[in-house]
Amino acid sequence: MSGIPHDHYEPKTGAEKWLHKRLPVVGLLYDTLMIPTPKNLNWMWIWGIILTFCLALQIVTGIILAMHYTPHVDLAFASVEHIMRDVNGGHMIRYFHANGASLFFIAVYAHIFRGLYYGSYKAPREVTWIIGMLIYLCMMGTAFMGYVLPWGQMSFWGATVITGLFGAIPFIGESLQTWLLGGPAVDNATLNRFFSLHYLLPFVIAGLVAVHIWAFHTTGNNNPTGVEVRRTSKADAAKDTVPFWPYYVIKDVFALAVILAVFMAIVGFMPNYLGHPDNYIEANPLATPAHIVPEWYFLPFYAILRAFTADVWVVQFASWITGGIIDAKFFGVLAMFGAIIAMALAPWLDTSSVRSGRYRPMFKWWFVLLVIDFFALMWLGAMPAEEPFASFSLIASAYWFGYFFVILPLLGVIEKPLATPATIEDDFNAHYGKGGTDASSTPAE
Amino acid sequence: MIKKLTFSALSALAISASGALAAGGEGHIEDFDFSFEGPFGTYDQNQLQRGLKVYTEVCSACHGLKFVPLRTLADEGGPHLPEDQVRAYAEQFDVYDPEIDDFRSGTPTDFFPSSALENAPDLSLMAKARAGFHGPMGTGINQLVKGIGGAEYIASLLTGYTGEEKEEYGSIFYENTAFPGGWIAMSQPLYGEDVEFDDGHDNSLRHEAEDVAAFLMWAAEPKMMARQRAGFVGVTFLIVLSVLLYLTNKRLWAGVKGKKND
Repeated sequence: MSGIPHDHYEPKTGAEKWLHKRLPVVGLLYDTLMIPTPKNLNWMWIWGIILTFCLALQIVTGIILAMHYTPHVDLAFASVEHIMRDVNGGHMIRYFHANGASLFFIAVYAHIFRGLYYGSYKAPREVTWIIGMLIYLCMMGTAFMGYVLPWGQMSFWGATVITGLFGAIPFIGESLQTWLLGGPAVDNATLNRFFSLHYLLPFVIAGLVAVHIWAFHTTGNNNPTGVEVRRTSKADAAKDTVPFWPYYVIKDVFALAVILAVFMAIVGFMPNYLGHPDNYIEANPLATPAHIVPEWYFLPFYAILRAFTADVWVVQFASWITGGIIDAKFFGVLAMFGAIIAMALAPWLDTSSVRSGRYRPMFKWWFVLLVIDFFALMWLGAMPAEEPFASFSLIASAYWFGYFFVILPLLGVIEKPLATPATIEDDFNAHYGKGGTDASSTPAE
Repeated sequence: MIKKLTFSALSALAISASGALAAGGEGHIEDFDFSFEGPFGTYDQNQLQRGLKVYTEVCSACHGLKFVPLRTLADEGGPHLPEDQVRAYAEQFDVYDPEIDDFRSGTPTDFFPSSALENAPDLSLMAKARAGFHGPMGTGINQLVKGIGGAEYIASLLTGYTGEEKEEYGSIFYENTAFPGGWIAMSQPLYGEDVEFDDGHDNSLRHEAEDVAAFLMWAAEPKMMARQRAGFVGVTFLIVLSVLLYLTNKRLWAGVKGKKND
């Protein structure tokens, strides 16, 4: 399976051989777990395990919640209160699930920006990157529909605003929106289908995660140097790598324990910190909340959606050239999805021959600016749609697109990258010194 | 590690700035000291019982608590009333029972009635549906030690009437320093000495407001103490596990990492 030469599973006993001939499942598990992994991975490489854990946590807690939840407009809110008050441990399970979504998104953003900095999206890992983006899209869909289920005020009005985006698509928008909602407005039909899809999508994500892992196990992990593992021989490869088990399993589980300690403190002591108080008011189609704010993890893209108002010249130009088909609302929708598509296109927009940002003196600063831009957009997404926030949003949105469509392609031409280390082993030894036993031997004791 | 922590801290800041600033034009919320604040806070059983009395004799004239089962009044960590008192308390309500298609007197398995006045909001979750605190600097992190300030909002509202009224579109509005916008449709419900507490506790306006706010906090989050206990056990366990895993990881990698040459 892997392109990096290493020892594969050899069935030894009779029973193992018998099974291996019929279904090589033990071999698959062994090869996946013992995969040679660059030995210089830093702490930003822990997020994959955190994300896998989040997915498992959300599926397990979600399945239990579904046993007690009722997807009906008259009963949904009360059934959530039933979970909070009467179901054994229900309040903990629900708070785990609600805050688990936030942990999931913190981890996915860290994971994505790790990939953007170290050039993990570049050849030959484009497929891993694209699948990752699909996972991220599915996560957003799942989180959005999950937030509707408690049927609080923000659930209802969030659903109304976001599904309204589809109504902005020219010609087919309105019929599409009605089709998605199952009626003219957010109602029981909407709640039912959102519940159904909210249950389905995590399993789609699980499938995509398997393909994501398959893809980067085929190409091998990227690493902080961006230098590939030597594949000339098994011995050379072993100098650059350690087996995933036990080295990275223990390291990642350690990181997971630290992160879960913080997570547990939030669930135990301030579980509503990341939620919106309005969602403890039952949905009321007749009373619009003063501010409809999406969950924090949508805010950067929500800011981009709102940034392009009718008085922005790009919008006016687009409207003029398309004869009014693209209006401000539709332009905003295109910009929001465009911002994610821009990320997905990074492998083809980045022209630099050097993979890792560590050896790219100019790129580094533009990247830092992109991270700041992301947080700025997150902040702006929560602000009311008025000056000066509207102008700030426009500038921040412009930088987001500028980074991907202008800066990334240009840097490859004008930037003079630093020398990269010849091998991963060189980089590792520069940090930790020689003298370590080589990785193919068994760990201490 | 540091990078990761910085990232998490940054996200936390950006995240919560959102909720905070979204709620502009708020009234003044006084910071009452409640026994249930902070990770080790607990509900004061006597205060909850006093709050129940204020709720029953004053608030329930208009408002309801339709998500709160009457039996939970006997729960430990809550008002913890004796079973017979809960039964007696439940009997005062006339409950419509679809099985006999008639009204019968309430039992502990019934819920508190819903609002008697149509436009009076249900109070079951009011203490979680309002946030008094967003500090410091809109991050909301002080929730860790103070809670989200829902109880403070309620107590501030009840003590925030200035006595001014105005008429608009045929309705009377009352000036209130805690209510967003400053004018509220609810007339002043508590003036002090509205109820006689069985334990002889001070029944001034401030104390009544505090007690009923505490009761409503319990009504909104009855499992708070169990949750904090679980949180404490979980955090302790995970810290110990982290230390053990850190040592394991260090030992494991020692064989790969050679001695540092600096």
